[in-house]
Order: sequence, then structure tokens, then C-alpha cells
Amino acid sequence: MGELTFTLLRLGYLVLLWVFVLSAVAVLRRDLAPRGAPRASRAERRRTEEAAGPPAAAAPAKPAKPARGGPTKLVVTAGPLTGTTLPLSTASILIGRAPGCTLVLDDDFSSSRHARIYPQGDQWFVEDLGSTNGTFMGETKITGPTLLTPGAGVQIGRSVVELQR
Amino acid sequence: MSAVESPGPVVEPTERRPARVAELFLLVLALGAGITAFAMVGRSMTGDLPDGFWPKSTALAVVALGAHVVLRIRAPWADQVILPAVVFVNGIGLAMILRLELADMSGANAWSSLLYTSLGAVVAALLVWFLRDHRWIRKLTYTAMLVGLGLVALPLIPGVGQEINGARIWVNVAGFSMQPAEFAKIAFAIFFAGYLVTNRDTLALAGPRVLGLQLPRLRDLGPIIIIWAASLGVLVFERDLGTSLLFFGLFVAMLYLATQRFSWILIGLVLFAAGAVLATSIFPHVAARMDVWLHPFDADLYDSGASYQIVQGTFAMASGGLFGTGWGEGYPYLVPFAFSDFIYSSLGEELGLTGLLAILIAYLVIVQRGLRTAIAVRDGFGKLLAGGLAFVMALQLFVVVGGITRIIPLTGLTLPFMAQGGSSLLANWIVIALLLRISDNARRPSVLPVRGTVAPGGALNDPIVVGDDAGTPALGTPVRRSVADGPGTGPAPSAPTEAIDPAWGPDHGGERR
Repeated sequence: MGELTFTLLRLGYLVLLWVFVLSAVAVLRRDLAPRGAPRASRAERRRTEEAAGPPAAAAPAKPAKPARGGPTKLVVTAGPLTGTTLPLSTASILIGRAPGCTLVLDDDFSSSRHARIYPQGDQWFVEDLGSTNGTFMGETKITGPTLLTPGAGVQIGRSVVELQR
Repeated sequence: MSAVESPGPVVEPTERRPARVAELFLLVLALGAGITAFAMVGRSMTGDLPDGFWPKSTALAVVALGAHVVLRIRAPWADQVILPAVVFVNGIGLAMILRLELADMSGANAWSSLLYTSLGAVVAALLVWFLRDHRWIRKLTYTAMLVGLGLVALPLIPGVGQEINGARIWVNVAGFSMQPAEFAKIAFAIFFAGYLVTNRDTLALAGPRVLGLQLPRLRDLGPIIIIWAASLGVLVFERDLGTSLLFFGLFVAMLYLATQRFSWILIGLVLFAAGAVLATSIFPHVAARMDVWLHPFDADLYDSGASYQIVQGTFAMASGGLFGTGWGEGYPYLVPFAFSDFIYSSLGEELGLTGLLAILIAYLVIVQRGLRTAIAVRDGFGKLLAGGLAFVMALQLFVVVGGITRIIPLTGLTLPFMAQGGSSLLANWIVIALLLRISDNARRPSVLPVRGTVAPGGALNDPIVVGDDAGTPALGTPVRRSVADGPGTGPAPSAPTEAIDPAWGPDHGGERR
């Protein structure tokens, strides 16, 4: 076997090792995306934002909705549970991974007790419960109780929920 | 907006079983790496395919694809990267053992190693097949402790235990010698997981606060003292620094996982350092090890043979350089035990740093998948077990590679899946089976009745902790946010919906404001 052939084989084998390693890492990358919104949910979020405007900025300025036209359901618009709908009552909704939550997310990026959505007067508010990855409205991380208007998406882990009429 | 206009279809989320295409693809690559290595070894050493190339390659492929099929049937949701990464390192290890066997190195035996690989894979497949739910193992918590302590003590029994090369870590049963410590690490991981899931609150919350550290109560220190004593006993009576470090590190790491109290790590490090210093000053064999570690190139130590192995290993890796000499072109057989304890330096010589890094990343992937499983799984026992098993593999890797590269004193541990040795192969395949089983349960779509629906009682569970989570929860706060926090920590993990009371309809509401 010629010297050149041998060198090529030797380096080719190392390339093969790295092809395996990089393929494995590529498979893992699905899990490693920061804040992990998959493509579908990102598009969804953009759509939501377009519809609602910059929610965090606009929301507090909006007048209170009358109870009659208020939202009637909470819909998961992105994430593993997309399409799940919860009817709203006067009770607050606890969202997280713990089985005791009202909406149990099957989402590794959400905390056990991640966020709470609760009514006050005629309005609904969302509040982060000290989650690890935070709760976002659009790109803004919410820090305190924040007014939640229908159609504004709330990102919890990989999931996005919104109130709908 | 459109989401409102279209009446939101109430979709019952149905997730399909993964086709496991990624796993199959990676398995083919991993098998390619192993089998190509067989062929290259043969070409370089004999000019042709080595003896038994086809049977060996077929055996490895059957092992890998058989495990894949078992996973498809019994654990379809299990992680798809773990098995290929294991086959990858296992195949390369086999190729190196074959290469050393072809160099007529006494002791290297590729067929026996392949046999134990197959045996390990079969045991792993049986475990995945028959163990449907990892939580069942929790019943074995205290049995596992007894088994673990028994396995650790076994080599000390006269007649059964054997002293080989200064370490008394082998037992000889019916002609087969084995290293029980490899199995003891699994037993201990099971025991710690079961014990800590029950006791972590006491360990985390009771006790005084000193200098910002939450110290545990003295009486809660009991178990850790026992394990500390046991691991020091291993160090002193079996002269096995690696295993001792492995057990103690495992316990401290799992304590930290369970309680999230940094004080445990501090206490653990201080205890281990104190024990190690004491042992060094009292026992000559430990002191000799330290000496070899610190001054391997000392002429007296080298000539007396004490540091011969590690110095030769260092030379081997240096000769490998960045890209290695190529399969079969180096002189790895000059290093004593190049096929087991020092397989890392053999690989370093023939594959170079580039190859070593690829191998280390493959290990890293296995560990990362284990830790990832620990995050994803829902019950506390599974979290601790997966986290502990992943950690023990990482620690073993560190101890072996650190020993050979002289970061820490050399120990007698083996590189998982690569080094020749039946106990090590079998035990690590069992670890992989447990990780795969837990990851299947973690990723399987939840059958919890509350998923994605309104749990009428759920509204009553108003949050207890609100606001900033950066600070440590106050003493006695009933909410825990550790990594092992999970719903399944109670005695009945299969019934996590205790909050549901059928009398509560959605109209009743939890609280009115």
C-alpha cells in the first residue's frame, strides 16, 4: 500500500469518526435550541404579534374589555399541546408541568409551576411564578402581573397560549 | 385575527411513535466506524482482512441492530442517540483489542471481549424488554444497598477475593474472575435514588445556617458518613482509589441533585480530601501512588517499574500527536495493559488527539442524554437514578482519562465499553439499559388524565411561591425547585391527580375575587 493511500485512509478514518460525532450532535440540536421554539411556533408567534401589535407595550393602554365580549377560552397555539382549548371560568389557571396544574404542559422547557393566568375585575392577567426559563409576551420577559388581552400570545417554555373570545 | 376567526379545533394531541430513523442512521455510521477499524487493523498488520473479520463484524452488527429492534418494539420513545454512541465506542474499543491481539500481546482477546459485549447487549435487551416501568426498581432500594455493600466487601473475603497487581478488587467465582465494584455502582445508584427521594426534604431543609450555607443536621449525616467510611474502606483495604472516588462522588453528586444544597458538595470534598490526606500519610501504598503521580519521570521510580506504565502511556500519546499513526502502525503494545486500563493511550497513539476527542465527545453525548433524561422524566426516583447513572459514567471517564493523562493519580478503573473486561462491559450495558428505559418513560406521551384539560381541582392549587426565584426558598417553604422536583415523588406516582374532586365543575370556580 502506498504511503499516500495509507495517509488518506488514516485521515479518512478520522473524518468518519467526526461524521458520526457531528451527526449525533445534529440529532441532539433539536433539544438544545435556546428557549426552544420550533419553527412552527415561531411563525405562530409572529402571526400573533402582527395581529396584536407589540403586546407588552400596547396591552396596558387598552381599555378594559366588557365582560360580555371577554375571552371565553384559553388556546394553546404552539408547542406540544397545540390546539388544546380550555374554557375559562372565574378561576385562575395554573400552567406548568406538575400534574396539579390546570393546564399540564408536556414541555421540558417549562417549570413545574410556571405561570398563572387569573381574572381580576373584567380583565385577565398573567403572572410568572418564578419559572426557570421565564414567561414571555412577544420578545418581552414579563416580570410582574401583566394584563393579558385576547389574541396576545404568552410564551411558556416551547408553548404559546393565548386567550380567545 | 385569524386564530379567533377559525373556530379553534379542539385537537386531541396525538403523537405518533417515532420511527427511530435517526437511531438507525447513526447506528449504521457507528457500525461503519467499528467495522472499518477492523478492516484497517487487518490491512495494516497482515496485509489482508484479519482472521474472523466477517464473523466479528456480523456479530457486532447483530448486537447493534438487535438492540435497535428491541428498542423499536419495547421502548419506542427512548432516546435515539444513546445506543449509537455506545456501539460507536464499543466498536472502536473492540478494534483496538483486536489490533493488540494481532500484535501478540498476551491477554488481549478480541473474541472474549466481543462475547461479553454480546452478553451485555443481551442482558440490556432483556432488561428493556421485561422492565416496563423503571419505578418498579424503587422497591429494591434497601435490597440494592445490601447488594452494593456485599459486592464491595466481596473481594475482601479470603478465598473468593483475589489480589491482582496490588489491588484487591477481583473475585474468582467458578473460574471466572470479575470486578464486583462495577456492579456495585449500579446498586448504589439505585439505593441513593430511592433513599434520597424519600429523605431529601429532611436533608435539604432541616439544620442550621452557617455563613450562608444550609448545613444539614448532624443526625442526617449518618448515611453519608457510612458511605464515606465504606469508600475509605475500599481505598484502604482494597487499595482501589478509583472505585472509592467513584462511590463517594456518586453519593455527593446525587445528594446535590436531590437537595440542591451546595453545602453537600463542600462537605463531601472536605471529607474526601481529609480521608485522602490521612490515607496518604498512613498507608504506604497510597503514598507510593501519589509519588508516581507527582514524579513519574523520576529515574528511580521508572527503573523500579512503579511509573513505567504511565510514562509509556504518555510516550504513546505523544507519539500519536494530532492525527495518530493510523490503525496498526504504532507501538501501543509496549504499554502494560494497553488493552484494558490503558486502552485510552493506545487509542491516542493510533488515532491521535483528533480521534480521542471524537471518542470523548461520543461519551459526552451519552452522559448528556442521561442528564437530559433526568430533566425530562416526571418522577423523582427516575430523575435521581438517571442523573446518578449519567454522572457515574462521567466520573468514571474523568477518573480513567485523568489518571492516564496524569491529572489525578492513576487508578484501576476501566474505560466504559472500550476496555477489555467482562464485568465492565456487562455493567455498563446494564446502565445503558436503565437509561434507555427511563428515557422511554420520560418521552412517552403522558397518559395523565389531566393533560391538556381542565382539572377542576387544579384551580384550587394557587401558587405558594410567587416572584423572584433567584434566592433560596425560605426555611420550611414547602415548595421545592430542585432538579428532582417532580410530581412522582409521593408514594403513589401513578396517581398524580389527587387534587381532582369530581364535585368541582368548571362553573364552580376555585376562588372568586
